[in-house]
Amino acid sequence: MTANLATREAGWVRSVLLAVGLGFLFFFLGLPLLAVFVEALAQGLPVYVDALKEPETRSAIVLTIVIALAVLPFNIAFGVAAAWAIAKFDFRGKSLLITLIDLPFAVSPVVAGLVFILLFGAQGTFGPWLAAHEIRIIFAVPGMIIATLFITFPFIARELIPLMQAQGKEEEEAAVSLGASGWQMFWRVTLPNIKWGLLYGVILSNARAMGEFGAVSVVSGHIRGETNTLPLHVEILYNEYNAIGAFAAASILALLALVTLVAKTVVEWNMKKETEMLNTVLAPEKIS
Amino acid sequence: MIRFRRSISAVLLALVAGAALADTTLLNASYDVARDVFKDYNPLFQKYWKQKTGESIELKQSHGGSSKQVRSVADGLEADVVTMNQANDIEFLADKGLVAKEWSKKFPNNASPYTSTMVFIVRKGNPKAIKDWGDLVAPGVQVIVPHPKNTGNGRNTYLSAWAWAVRQKGGNDKSAQEFLGKLLKNVPLFAAGGRDATTTFMQRQMGDVLITFESEAELIAREFGKGEFAVVYPSLTMQTEFPVAIVDKVVDKKGTRKQAQAYLDYLWSKEGQENAAQNYLRPRDAELLKKYAAQFPPVKTFTVDEVFGGAGKAFATHFKDGGSFDQIYVQK
Repeated sequence: MTANLATREAGWVRSVLLAVGLGFLFFFLGLPLLAVFVEALAQGLPVYVDALKEPETRSAIVLTIVIALAVLPFNIAFGVAAAWAIAKFDFRGKSLLITLIDLPFAVSPVVAGLVFILLFGAQGTFGPWLAAHEIRIIFAVPGMIIATLFITFPFIARELIPLMQAQGKEEEEAAVSLGASGWQMFWRVTLPNIKWGLLYGVILSNARAMGEFGAVSVVSGHIRGETNTLPLHVEILYNEYNAIGAFAAASILALLALVTLVAKTVVEWNMKKETEMLNTVLAPEKIS
Repeated sequence: MIRFRRSISAVLLALVAGAALADTTLLNASYDVARDVFKDYNPLFQKYWKQKTGESIELKQSHGGSSKQVRSVADGLEADVVTMNQANDIEFLADKGLVAKEWSKKFPNNASPYTSTMVFIVRKGNPKAIKDWGDLVAPGVQVIVPHPKNTGNGRNTYLSAWAWAVRQKGGNDKSAQEFLGKLLKNVPLFAAGGRDATTTFMQRQMGDVLITFESEAELIAREFGKGEFAVVYPSLTMQTEFPVAIVDKVVDKKGTRKQAQAYLDYLWSKEGQENAAQNYLRPRDAELLKKYAAQFPPVKTFTVDEVFGGAGKAFATHFKDGGSFDQIYVQK
């Protein structure tokens, strides 16, 4: 009965709430998204395609994807390792580690970028050493990858920690007691259990990596055709009164976001199915 | 997974190797809206250099807010040359030891290959009859200008109005400060930058007059249509310079001094000057200025050096914390 109280509101209350929710979505998500495509196609498809064929825009698209792919293995390795350590073991400083993982969420991306300039810039801590060894990090692709890594590394770990904690360590213990080696246990037991959560984290961090502006802007140096990612390129084109080019580039970002959303929905759906299955299997056990 | 990672490292390696294998590369760090000028200029120079030396040269551009750009160069952005729109920014690099102390003497014309002036853009038919600085303080006139403390555009406007007021009958620093006080009261909001001010005025249709570079006025005409507004030249306005310099520290390390020098020298050549004129920047070359007289009407100008004794001095008296702008703005 108590559970029903929340849904026993009058009909008009429900419609108002629904209208507020949908109206908000329409004005703050739907309309802007629509505007991007309308502006991009304002002068017809051929102009739109030409804008995307511009070498600098093409190189921005390629660089955006390269950076997103480059951070992925690091994010997966770190995310799984951190989640594994936190969910399955008890150790000193565990809560400190959890706090540190959340740090990129709390720090402004621009500050993150500036920190890397302070570390690796010509006047920074490691600047003279890097310059002496001809290693270029800031204002080059490595710096942009590092900045993106900083911004995106919590996503996978954050996704996996609650999942792994909920799953507990019984299955792994069973595997080990049956004689599985560490790697066997990981590949055969742990990974299949977390694969949807992992994929979900990958998608989220990927979306963030492709859309990141602040941190990357600080360390990019804005060299056209070399260190411009799509979000940076959109701003530059817009400032040059090249509205078509800017919105064409923005539409590519929007498309990438839509693909991400679809992928996310599929993964969510699969995750839900799996937990439901798990619940029905585990249900009798819980009663006893 | 391993193959996947290998392909990533291959891509990265290719990127790094690609940068290393190219011919001599020059990087030009420039201000935000200089792209059009150099997009047309770079092929001209490449052709010239190839003919002269047989060397093909790759030219890269980096654009951004001018103060951010010089900061990046100081932080290690390996720009061979800087082409800016404010002497202050190059002065910053000189202070850091990246650019020669006497950089403005290294090239003719105060190291500025072309100039522009500050002009008024008014609505079609000039409904508020704005002709000169004095008209801007009339009640009900809204003036759109970027913030004088952190944009070149805003500073130039402020100093132009100041210089005009000082030169009025019985004008002095005190009366100029009063005049600026009245003028700032007519500014509904400070735009964040030059382009932002233009968008505010043209797209959001705010204000009666926009003060900006003459070169910018032509770009507005291209983007928004010539009939939509009129350009008004005030009786006295600032001649703005676009200083250039070689970044000594970078060219010495990369061994590109010869190319960098030629790249900047060529801005003063007939071709370089004509390119500037075609991008609505006033060339230094007197003949070309005559040739393009239609787009550059004669206007009485002053330079910051003449009236304020240099950009650094002007900045210190007017825009530093506690300077004349702060005094006026606090009163407001």
